[in-house]
Formats: sequence, structure tokens, C-alpha cells
Amino acid sequence: MSVLSLLFVIPGPLRELAGNRDEVRIDGEARSVSEALSLLFATCPGVRDRVVTELGEVRPHVNIFVDGESIRYTGGTGAPVRDGAEILILPALSGG
Amino acid sequence: MPDTHNITPENGDVLLLVGTMKGAFLFRSPKGRRSWEMGGPYFPGSAVYAMGYDARAGRHRIWAGPNSMHWGGLLRSSDDFGQSWTNPEEANVKFPEGTDAALKQIWQIVPGREEEPDALYCGVEPAALFVSHDAGQSWSLSKPLWDHPQRARWEPGGGGLCLHTILLDPTDSYRIRIAVSTGGMYVTDDAGTTWRPSNQGVRAEFLPEKYPEFGQCVHKVVQAKGQPDRMYLQNHWGLYRSDDRGESWSDIANGVPSDFGFAMAVHPQDADCAFIIPLESDGFRCTPEGKLRVYRTRDAGKTWQAMTKGLPQEGAYETVLRDAMTVDSLDPAGVYFGTRNGKLFGSADEGKSWMGLADGLPAIVSVRAAVISLPEKLQ
Repeated sequence: MSVLSLLFVIPGPLRELAGNRDEVRIDGEARSVSEALSLLFATCPGVRDRVVTELGEVRPHVNIFVDGESIRYTGGTGAPVRDGAEILILPALSGG
Repeated sequence: MPDTHNITPENGDVLLLVGTMKGAFLFRSPKGRRSWEMGGPYFPGSAVYAMGYDARAGRHRIWAGPNSMHWGGLLRSSDDFGQSWTNPEEANVKFPEGTDAALKQIWQIVPGREEEPDALYCGVEPAALFVSHDAGQSWSLSKPLWDHPQRARWEPGGGGLCLHTILLDPTDSYRIRIAVSTGGMYVTDDAGTTWRPSNQGVRAEFLPEKYPEFGQCVHKVVQAKGQPDRMYLQNHWGLYRSDDRGESWSDIANGVPSDFGFAMAVHPQDADCAFIIPLESDGFRCTPEGKLRVYRTRDAGKTWQAMTKGLPQEGAYETVLRDAMTVDSLDPAGVYFGTRNGKLFGSADEGKSWMGLADGLPAIVSVRAAVISLPEKLQ
């Protein structure tokens, strides 16, 4: 597996848990969104429980976009990632 | 996000912890309980079903269980009356691997007994009990209750499958009673190693068998402080009293407009005195006849009186949920409740008269009271 350079964009409510950064760049080995997220969680452990449940599933009102496309339409966390991918974590439109 | 106003309670003040569907609020008043200052909102946008106050071992710690629709829930605490809150990196209340479950909501946070000052108990949805023995630093699931063979047949009520009531027996440190909607009450006599259903005399109107061993939709159970054999229970249809520490229950719905309701509180000194807010039917779940009435008994449920002075008696279709009523520890006792329409009421004279403390809060789901006794160095 080759080393990829990945850029994670962190939403405002989680920046405190990512060292007050709005972007986190990580170089590491990842074939899928799931493995890419594991790299992020290893760097910013506080982000993990806010983004995924104890079952490892992305929370229902959290959206993840890879290069501008929601992973809901590209295979979920099993979707592949490429070198240089931008991974955007965003709260879904919800509430009332 | 809204600006947060902070309050600074003083020694002897009464503090109200108010959890809503969109954040938490604090209210403080001097002992007379006639003038209230509001603090908050804290955790704006998060539902706060559970709050608690830990005054043991010199603490003045507020606990809250905010649940963000986006980022999930965890327990957070404040030692400075809301000016700052812990924000643990790892969610502190979470289901361990192998349970195939994920936390949906924190429903209850209860400090342990005085003799176990670092113990805390937490009830959650899906229905489970978590315990901490290090003042909330770490939490563990009560596996014997989770593994109880009857758990598979518990079913969610309208609010979800939640463990919402935790009663720590004040004289028997091995005995804990919990209540689940919908599963009924369970009790342990060995500090949580084994659990048994304990619902004798409690009706399950929605099941073919009306008095099953378990499966009742118990909405709230309270235990008298100075007389722990005495308990009261507001059921999903049914109002009950126990005089044997919850082993058996008798119907006490005598003269109330409905035996349906959620909220219940017991007087801090008088075990014969309890407060309820009846709601109409199962489908409507609002105060009957558009009248907001707290019903009080002074004779352990033989009779109930409507306490209405200061409460709206026309067009008041209110709902008061299971944790949205409480009492303080003063004499005369203060009684407080909040509605789903965001109204907060208080009585400084045991329900004889009421005043509005706030109107226009988000839907209120939890109200707790504490009398502040600060360590000398903080006064």
C-alpha cells in the first residue's frame, strides 16, 4: 500500500478537539474512507467519538464528502480514496 | 451561537438545573425563592435530558448529559456553576465492544450515597446502567443488567427504550432499584451482581396479561428520603404507593382527573406528601381541561388536592415529562416543574402557590434542585 497525502477539513464544533485546526493534513497508508478516518482519529483522538458511534458507523447526522462527493453515494466508508484527496466532515442539515 | 449569561450562586442559594431540548439553563435564588436569576444557555442546540448536582466531598459539581444531534452525547461537568465545562476527548459513557449497541441518549445522572463519594450512576438509552467509581473519570456498563435474559423483551416507549430512574437505597448499600420504559422495575440486592424484576401490583394496560412479571411502562418512581420503605410510582396508566421498599404496589389514584402522567416528586421531609401532574389519556398527553394543576397528597395517596394558585387554568394544554419536576430540601419545601412549552414554575410553599420563573425556554425535559453549601475557601 502506498502512502497517500490526505487533507481533512474539520467543522467548527470539532476544531477544539483537533488542536484548534480547521484543516489537518496527514500522510499515511489508506485504501478506503474508513482507513483514512482511522488516520485522522489516530492524530486527533477526540474527533473519533463525535464522528462515529461505538459501532464504528458514521453518525446519522454527519456527512463526509471526499473530493466534493458524499460517501453515501460512493460506497460509504468502504469507498476508495486517492492521493491528494480532500475529506470534508460536515454536520448534516437537521434539527428543528 | 447565543451569548451565555453566567450566574454566581452564593452559600444558601437554591440552584435549579434545567435541561431542555436545546440546551441547559441554571437558575439561582436566595433562600426565600422569590427572585430568580437565569444562567445559560449551555450546550445550545443539544438536548439535555439529564442533569445532576454532586455536593459530596466538598464538591459543587454540576453534571449534564448533552446530546448533539450531530456529534452524539457524553457527560460533562462544571465546578464553577457553568462558566466552564469538561469536554473529554473520548466519550465517557459508551457501550463496550461486544454489546452491539451505541449510546442514543443519557437519561439520568445520580450521585452515589454519601459513604461512596466517588460513585456515580448513569441511566441511558438503549436501556442500560453505567457506573463510575472514580467521580466520573471512567464509566463501566452494568453487564449483569445488560445480559438479563428479559432485556430482549423490553420495548421502547414514545421516548425510546430508556433507563430513566435510579434509586439508591439509603440504608442498604447493596440495593439499587432502576426503572425502564418499557421493561418495568428491576432491583439488585447484591450491588448489581444480579437483578430481578420487581413489579408486583403494577398494571400493564397495553399487554394481554395486565399484571406481568415485567414489561410495565413505569414512568417515574420516587423514594421518601427519611422513610425509604415508602415509594410512589407514576405509571403509564396507574398511580401507586409502596410501603415495602418497592416489593409490592397499591393503587392510589383516588380522585385525580387521570392516572396517566409522567412527573412525580416526594416531599423531602414528609413521606406522606407527594406531587404529581396528571395528563389526559395516552393519546393527548396534555393537562386535562386545559388546566395546569399540580396534585398533592398529604396522606400517602388516600386523597389528592389540586394546587392551582398561580397556575394557568384556561387554555393551558401543557405536558410535563418524567424528569421535569423536583423538590428542594428546604422547609417549607420548594417544588419546581417545567413544561414542554418551555414554562418553568416554582412554589416556595409546598405547592400552595406558584410563580412563573421562566416562559419561552426550549421544551423542558429535566429539572433538578440543590441548596448550595460551598466549601469555606470558595465563600
